[in-house]
Amino acid sequence: MTPAIELRNVTKVYRRFGGRQFATLKSALLQRSILRDLSPTETFPAVRELSFAVAPGVTYGVIGRNGSGKSTALKLVAGITKPTSGTVHVQGRVSALIELGAGFHPEISGRENVFINGIMLGLSKREVARRFDEIVEFAELKDFIDAPVKTYSSGMYMRLGFAVAIHVNPDVLLVDEVLAVGDEGFTHKCLDKFAEFRRRGKTVLLVTHSLAVVERFCDEALWIDGGRAKAHGDPRRVVDAYLTSVEESEGQMLATATARAVAAASGPSAEPPPAATAAEAGPDGETGTPPSPEEPRDMFQAAEGRWGSREVEITEVALLDRAGQPGFVFHSGGPMAVRVRVRAHAPTSDFVFGVSLFNADGVCCYGTNTWLEEMEPEELSGDAEVLFAIDSLDLVEGTYKVDVAVHKRDGFPYDYHRLLYTFRTRSRTRDIGIYRPRHHWTFSPGVRFKPTA
Amino acid sequence: MFANLRQLVRYRGLIQSLVARDLKARYRGSVLGFVWSFINPLLLLAIYSFIFTTIMPNRVEGAQPYALFMLCGILPWTWFSSSLTEAAGSLISGGNLIKKVLFPAEVLPIVSVLANLMHFFLALPIVVVFLVIYQHPPDAVDLVWLPAVILVQLVFTIGLALLLAALAVHFRDIRDVLANLLTLWFFSTPIIYPWFQPELQPYVHLFNLNPFTHLAVSYQELLFFPGPFGHWKWLVALGGVSVLVFLAGYWLFDRLRDSFAEAV
Repeated sequence: MTPAIELRNVTKVYRRFGGRQFATLKSALLQRSILRDLSPTETFPAVRELSFAVAPGVTYGVIGRNGSGKSTALKLVAGITKPTSGTVHVQGRVSALIELGAGFHPEISGRENVFINGIMLGLSKREVARRFDEIVEFAELKDFIDAPVKTYSSGMYMRLGFAVAIHVNPDVLLVDEVLAVGDEGFTHKCLDKFAEFRRRGKTVLLVTHSLAVVERFCDEALWIDGGRAKAHGDPRRVVDAYLTSVEESEGQMLATATARAVAAASGPSAEPPPAATAAEAGPDGETGTPPSPEEPRDMFQAAEGRWGSREVEITEVALLDRAGQPGFVFHSGGPMAVRVRVRAHAPTSDFVFGVSLFNADGVCCYGTNTWLEEMEPEELSGDAEVLFAIDSLDLVEGTYKVDVAVHKRDGFPYDYHRLLYTFRTRSRTRDIGIYRPRHHWTFSPGVRFKPTA
Repeated sequence: MFANLRQLVRYRGLIQSLVARDLKARYRGSVLGFVWSFINPLLLLAIYSFIFTTIMPNRVEGAQPYALFMLCGILPWTWFSSSLTEAAGSLISGGNLIKKVLFPAEVLPIVSVLANLMHFFLALPIVVVFLVIYQHPPDAVDLVWLPAVILVQLVFTIGLALLLAALAVHFRDIRDVLANLLTLWFFSTPIIYPWFQPELQPYVHLFNLNPFTHLAVSYQELLFFPGPFGHWKWLVALGGVSVLVFLAGYWLFDRLRDSFAEAV
């Protein structure tokens, strides 16, 4: 069977007319450089050596970061731009939902715009007339169809654009991130329409950032990065590979941010912030005991910083993943460990190690220390390592910060690192809150759910 | 190139509806609506008539009544100049379409020319009214030439429109240059003065090089001057030139086509 869409070694090089930004016809004529100026000075490959084929009837998802070349690939398939090299082959009538209502003229009525837009997308006048009622009904604009389009809200505008494009009845439908055009109800209608397309054996090429849509609706997926195909095939596998790579780059970003925060806090002027004096600066924890000097007066005092006498110094803090490797992105429900390396400049028998976790809003999610957990200090000398291991990081997805401290039993700080370490929790579930208790659902036989794909 | 030209025929439905949209949208919201198609040339005519019959009267034999004479040249000129002005900006203002919808871009400048042709047709009744007022009936036999003149002008204008639209994408200043160039062109064409003006005769060869001279003269001969249409040889020659201009314009447009989606 011949594929509905086939790209072979397609490269698209965009020109950046960098050199002649201010060149005008006059200067071009004066310098006799029209031809030279029309040739690019700098080029940018948006798509490189891209090859993929989509069989008829397949819903194909394309994912990737911003600027990875997804939309360019879609425009190449649509024929709006031509490849610099390689071949693009598409079988059948194509409709591209790239920008909805791109051809609408604001001054004339919705009705006239439907006709012109439909003709622009390749229908004949009679075909538009036959589908007109269906289009208007789909767009939910029966009462406004004769009003000028400039009076429409942006949602109405998008809905009408979508309705026209989808009723062109193409063999190949190209969709670029347009699912977010309407309210919930309309989005469902769009997804239903895609499902109907699928049932009728039409080919759909979907460019989206919504990984859930790719996993639920697509038969195959392609991940593009830097204009090249990174992975394609089973949507779940491709999405996983993509997520892993996103985590890696996120981890790198968090690593540099953390290094910067630590360096800034450890500078020569690392005084305790005025609101958090030595007496207040203790580990955070709701112990239920009467207020002691160890309890901060204000739990939400979330200014990052570092202070303390440094008699015992924290030399390194690392967040470790399952394999014991330092990382910055952890999976909800998976293990995480905080490794603290300290150096006691003189042996001491009065020391407490504390760790607490804050979410992005500055709310303390959990805090504890060795004193609260009734560990009597005996001796700390020289270099030492402390490992605070969490077996199951039961936090919802989000960014969290870590406090690490060494102090005396009365709260006098040796070295207090406040909110200097950042990590991200990833989760497949979009649940809300802070803490995810271990849980499961059970239902009596009267309750049934569709089997998950 | 010729395959693309053939494809253009398939898009005639689109061109038709876009021209209709252009006409509807232009006067939507204005009180006088289509009446402006009459008022605009009339006002222009009133100004020129006042200048050339009262302030600096032109008393050349044979070109009287002067207002009617000027009208015959001004209307086609208005079609020509507004077409080029609009066409030069058509790809830039229609950039959204070129980038997001798959359709032949040459539709846009062609629509500019055709929409202005419609305005030209709408203004033609003014000529009829003036012919009646001045009791200056044109030669009925001559009038069969009129469609030919319009056709030549159409081909010529579309050719230039395609050329300008394609170049204006890369050189935005074309639009400003064009405005001045059109003013110069207007005054170097025998529209507000007759081509047989004695002072003109030393430069007659230069005037003959101006394509619009022959269009203006043709309109004036057909609508204003009595006697057989003596300028037809020039018109036929210009017809040939127009086809060449059209092919050249289309060729350039076709060559630059792929750059539009990136440059607008």
